[in-house]
Amino acid sequence: MQIEQSERDGVVVLATSGRFNMVSAPRIKARIDETVAAGNARIVVDLAGVDFIDSSGLGALIGGLKTARQASGDLRIAAAGDQVVTVLKLTNLDRILTPFDTVEAAVDGW
Amino acid sequence: MPPQAQQEAQATTPRRLFALRIVTVLSLAAGTIYLTWRWGWSINWDYWWIALPLVLAETYALVDGFLFAFTIWRIKRRGDAPPPDPEATVDVFITTYNEPVDLVMVTALAALEIAWPHETYILDDGARPEMEAAARAAGIGYLVRSGDWAGRPRHAKAGNLNNALLQTHGEFLLILDADQIPKPEILHRTLGWFEDPDMALVQTPQWFSNVTDTDPLGSQAPLFYGPIQQGKDGWNAAFFCGSNAVIRREALMRLGITGYVRAVESAVRAALETSSRILARAARKVRKDDPETAAAIRMVREGVRAALADLDGGAAYGDVTYRFQETVRQAGRSVVDRDLAAIHADLMEMGFTEDIGILMDPVTGIPTVQEDVLEELATRDLSPLAALEEVAEIMRAVDVTRSNEAQPVMPMAIVSVTEDMATCMELHASGWKSAYHHEVLATGLAPEDLGTMLKQRLRWAQGTLQVLLKDNPLRKRGLTGGQRLMYFATMWSYLSGFAALAYLLAPVLYLTLGILPVHAYGLTFLALFTPYFLLNQLMFGIVGYGVRTWRGHQYSLALFPVWIKACTTAAGNVWFGKELGFIVTPKVRDGGKQPFPYRLIWPQLLAMALLVVAVFCAVVLLMTTDELSIIGVGVNTAWVAYDLVVLSVIIEAGLFRAPDPAPSGEQTDEELVS
Repeated sequence: MQIEQSERDGVVVLATSGRFNMVSAPRIKARIDETVAAGNARIVVDLAGVDFIDSSGLGALIGGLKTARQASGDLRIAAAGDQVVTVLKLTNLDRILTPFDTVEAAVDGW
Repeated sequence: MPPQAQQEAQATTPRRLFALRIVTVLSLAAGTIYLTWRWGWSINWDYWWIALPLVLAETYALVDGFLFAFTIWRIKRRGDAPPPDPEATVDVFITTYNEPVDLVMVTALAALEIAWPHETYILDDGARPEMEAAARAAGIGYLVRSGDWAGRPRHAKAGNLNNALLQTHGEFLLILDADQIPKPEILHRTLGWFEDPDMALVQTPQWFSNVTDTDPLGSQAPLFYGPIQQGKDGWNAAFFCGSNAVIRREALMRLGITGYVRAVESAVRAALETSSRILARAARKVRKDDPETAAAIRMVREGVRAALADLDGGAAYGDVTYRFQETVRQAGRSVVDRDLAAIHADLMEMGFTEDIGILMDPVTGIPTVQEDVLEELATRDLSPLAALEEVAEIMRAVDVTRSNEAQPVMPMAIVSVTEDMATCMELHASGWKSAYHHEVLATGLAPEDLGTMLKQRLRWAQGTLQVLLKDNPLRKRGLTGGQRLMYFATMWSYLSGFAALAYLLAPVLYLTLGILPVHAYGLTFLALFTPYFLLNQLMFGIVGYGVRTWRGHQYSLALFPVWIKACTTAAGNVWFGKELGFIVTPKVRDGGKQPFPYRLIWPQLLAMALLVVAVFCAVVLLMTTDELSIIGVGVNTAWVAYDLVVLSVIIEAGLFRAPDPAPSGEQTDEELVS
């Protein structure tokens, strides 16, 4: 799993790729925590490169959402692939963490 | 392996299963005929106060028989698992709270020797430095609660496991109690069942190595870890029993995610519905000469309706709560010339912003609804403006943006003190499968004294009944019909304490006072009851062939005070929010002589004394009066004899003293079995 960090209009974009599962989830959660701790509480997780996510991955996103909101920010997810959307729907998590179609849309809507 | 363990692990042969089904059908048919006669023709309504309880107790037992028949009808003999996926990664969790370090280390070192590649962790809920030192020295992972749990609800073992789940990453988890020593082949033998991608859980038997052949405390459960679990497995309802089980992490994590979403949803709904009631009252109170306030309240009520409709339509919670709060803000602005701050201060004075009925669990971030507080809020007399402010306050509490958690996802269910059954039922309800692998792959230590044993049984019974009352399997969505019955059967069996009272009291009343719960103990009674009784015994004989199931039968009657206490405390807990009381057990194994535990088992001793006295009374009455019939005294004396034989186990248990541990053995105190 790769994580690439960039910034757009004051929003930190974390682009992840590969398998977002029980092995990589703690790393991503840690990265979100670090980003928030560094003062950037508005985060978009770009899931375009993620070909598989499991419930541990979703758990990390929920954890990240909480961390960001605690710091008065927010965490959004964007560009989720079919498998990710399926898992989000299966767990109903899409009703709390609504996926944006693109990173641009996620950043714009702030 | 002790010789019995081999014996217990033997399978039910197809021929025996065939015979079993025939006898089961005959036994239930005989029972149904007998009970039909009892209800229709035999009840002595003159003494309805004992006649009715007795026939109800007998009906209870027949229903129990039907549930047992359903269970064993589909006994599933799995045999060997397919070869496991060589890539499977496993974390071994050893849960401990205050067991002696040496004892935990015996289990942990055995866990290191498990042949399948794995990581071993000790989950020390006691956070003991000496435990940590021993673990580190042996190269074993050591996990304690993260700092966020400090001073917050810890949810016992479920919390301990939830905490560890988020700090590890194996695909599968082997869960072991601190005393359950695993065999090296445990994972090789069980992982293969996970070839089925829907398989969430594989449970293996619990077998105790410190139990003598006579097993006076009834620790071994060969009927449960045998025909019952195999029968439940046949309905895809094999139970998770908290230890000696392998679980798929994904299954637990998904439970955690869906549980989180559900908790958020129900909190938002409860908040909206309470707001709706508060506003309805406010609308009635608003003064005719105050159109602005009336308009504001109308607007917010409309907002509540829209929000509930949006939720039903599947809108995202964040959007719904955000839009609603916007509405409340606008409504507030339209009420000009009002001092909202003053209203807020009033509310504070009345003491309610402190507790508005919905709290975020600080650890989990999951909102919890306090229905009683919401109920009070909804029925309190508020001025219309104060009502508006209160609504705004409630809605702010459920805003998904406001929680301050450490661990939002709680995979292990926490509704019950026996987290294992609740978790398993959730797994089944969401479509996962479970398996019972009938092979002893870990051996543990059973309680060694009556007090500890009673405490343990009480805890199991309370937990099971809590689940029944909070989350009735008969109504739970997602379970199959068979699964509903399998969960209900176990819960039903814990209601036996009340039936036992009728069984013990009825013969005493007849033998001493001549009070007849039936019209007559005549030949009709014998002709209908005897086949039922004998067929029923035969059924248990076949089911338990070759294993010792007698202890289990004895204890299901002999522990009647425990079962009754479990029912009353569980009901008190679920319906009235009372703490679950635990039997206080005297310290054991502190050297010196241990007195006979009269205090723990006086109800049973009293029952036995009454039964014996009753028989003597009957003999005297029979010789001096004609109030009793010979056949009546005969039936009731046989009945008393049966009761006494069954109850006698409690005396045996009270007299039992565990043999001294071997010099190298571990100290085992009463908290050993959690």
